[in-house]
Amino acid sequence: MTDRPARLTRDEVAHVAALARLELTAEELDLFTGQLAQVLDHAADVSSLDLAGVAPTAHAMAVTNVLRPDEVRPGLDRPEVLAQAPSVEDDRFRVPRILGDAP
Amino acid sequence: MTSPAPAADLARAVRSGSRSAADVLDGYLAAIDADEEEIHAFNLVTAGSARTRADEIDRRVADGEDPGLLAGVPVALKDNLCTRGVATTCSSRILEGWLPPYDATVVVRLRQAGAVVVGKTNMDEFAMGSSTEASAFGPTRNPHDRGRVPGGSSGGSAAAVAAGFAPVALGSDTGGSIRQPAALCGVVGMKPTYGTVSRYGLVAFASSLDQIGPLATTVADAALLFDVIGGHDPLDSTSLDRPTPRALSVLDDGVGGMRVGVLTEFMEGASPDVVARVREAAGALAAAGARVEEVSVPVVTLGLSAYYLIAPGEASSNLARYDGVRYGLRVDADDIVAMNTATRSEGFGAEVKRRIMLGTYVLSAGYMDAYYNQALRVRTRIIEGFDAAYRSCDVLLGPTTPTTAFPLGEKTGDPLTMYLSDVCTIPSNLAGHPAISVPFGAGDDGLPIGVQLLGPALSESTLFKVAAVVEAAAPESPAPAGGGRS
Repeated sequence: MTDRPARLTRDEVAHVAALARLELTAEELDLFTGQLAQVLDHAADVSSLDLAGVAPTAHAMAVTNVLRPDEVRPGLDRPEVLAQAPSVEDDRFRVPRILGDAP
Repeated sequence: MTSPAPAADLARAVRSGSRSAADVLDGYLAAIDADEEEIHAFNLVTAGSARTRADEIDRRVADGEDPGLLAGVPVALKDNLCTRGVATTCSSRILEGWLPPYDATVVVRLRQAGAVVVGKTNMDEFAMGSSTEASAFGPTRNPHDRGRVPGGSSGGSAAAVAAGFAPVALGSDTGGSIRQPAALCGVVGMKPTYGTVSRYGLVAFASSLDQIGPLATTVADAALLFDVIGGHDPLDSTSLDRPTPRALSVLDDGVGGMRVGVLTEFMEGASPDVVARVREAAGALAAAGARVEEVSVPVVTLGLSAYYLIAPGEASSNLARYDGVRYGLRVDADDIVAMNTATRSEGFGAEVKRRIMLGTYVLSAGYMDAYYNQALRVRTRIIEGFDAAYRSCDVLLGPTTPTTAFPLGEKTGDPLTMYLSDVCTIPSNLAGHPAISVPFGAGDDGLPIGVQLLGPALSESTLFKVAAVVEAAAPESPAPAGGGRS
């Protein structure tokens, strides 16, 4: 028997939102905590089962790595791809500061 | 017996030159003009490019060429199928205005068969939902009762076919998103075996469950569409490199000697009118020569919980790509984490946020074993349960949905209740198996009911064969309501 985790808390939802790069309002946090806890409560029928020894299935159809010959082929059209980016500089995606303060 | 196939008939007329593709298209565009404003099946109607395309088809026919099995057939595409240079939004603000730099493989195959794309259909945002109410661009209405939902997430595709905006459409099905709206809108909807239809260019929701499939007014048209879009694709590494079952050529073979199991667990939660229709369908199959018996697969009742742990887990990973860097929305901020966060917080709707958080939670250290890994073990059990059933049955029969279409707004405040409407469709996705919903009369409220046929992996030929017999025996289906009904 797997131990059933404690009920989801508001702090945990806030932590998970930060991990998922989501900023929630106080109202959203309250609402989602209740709703997600309800879904996880329903999932107790799965989490409480004794399934030791049952192999997990991540993929229903057996799949293996698929390789192709290492030959040069045309990729996507670069200008067409870059035209969809919010910000571009010198054929590259431009993003805000990544590390520390600018020198 | 020959199964009715209005889309195939159109293609035959266009190929023979007895009707022009332009004329066919005009009929559907007129229907869209008349009713689309109220139904809202589409995020985008591509009338201009469709006309150009129809003219091209007609020129090719005039030049003695054969444009293919779907020559001049208008097709509606769910808005999570990439169309090069044509907006593909997934009904999300985060992809609003995005023009994909490539076509999905299914779009290429439709074009090679001569089809004419009439538009991109509305859906629950990133296919996460069961009513099309989770679209950032407003809900789609059920053509049979405009105060009710069309189902989801392929609600726009189902409504488009039901309303006569297109004879056929494509949707995607991760937990029932083709079959459930097909049932609620009174059309045929089919989820193929995982890997038989390429996912290249299908915007990913839950990659181990997602599969593209057809919606049509008849079983034969769905089979035709499946034959066109199926088959191995080197661009999708999960595409099965083996012959795809053929559907159309076996349609009229009948069910004599076939073993059909009525799935007890699906009947238990369904409303009495839905159960009654499934029993009638079972009776019709018995009358056509099948051996019908009750079959129990108790573990399928765990499917819903397992799905709502597995699918959000995969979604939380897949949707990490929407970071404001390469495409779609960016909300500017001083550093990259603040930019990522502001973009995602503004760009995603509530249901997508819920699922991303649920998925992040069940994959996080300390909870992964209790939730996600447990769900993967239940998935194994469900496959074993189906395998046991298919030792004594060729196909399983049950309802597609527990009830007919529900009123708009009824379930939006209660996610768990909304999730429960997928209880009969989810197990096939977890198992990777094919399943098809066929319209079978109406409920006590006069709204369409769908019966579902399930089969083991790669049993499409059998499923379509049985579906054709069910279709032929079905009571007359309700016609979509005229304009103005609410």
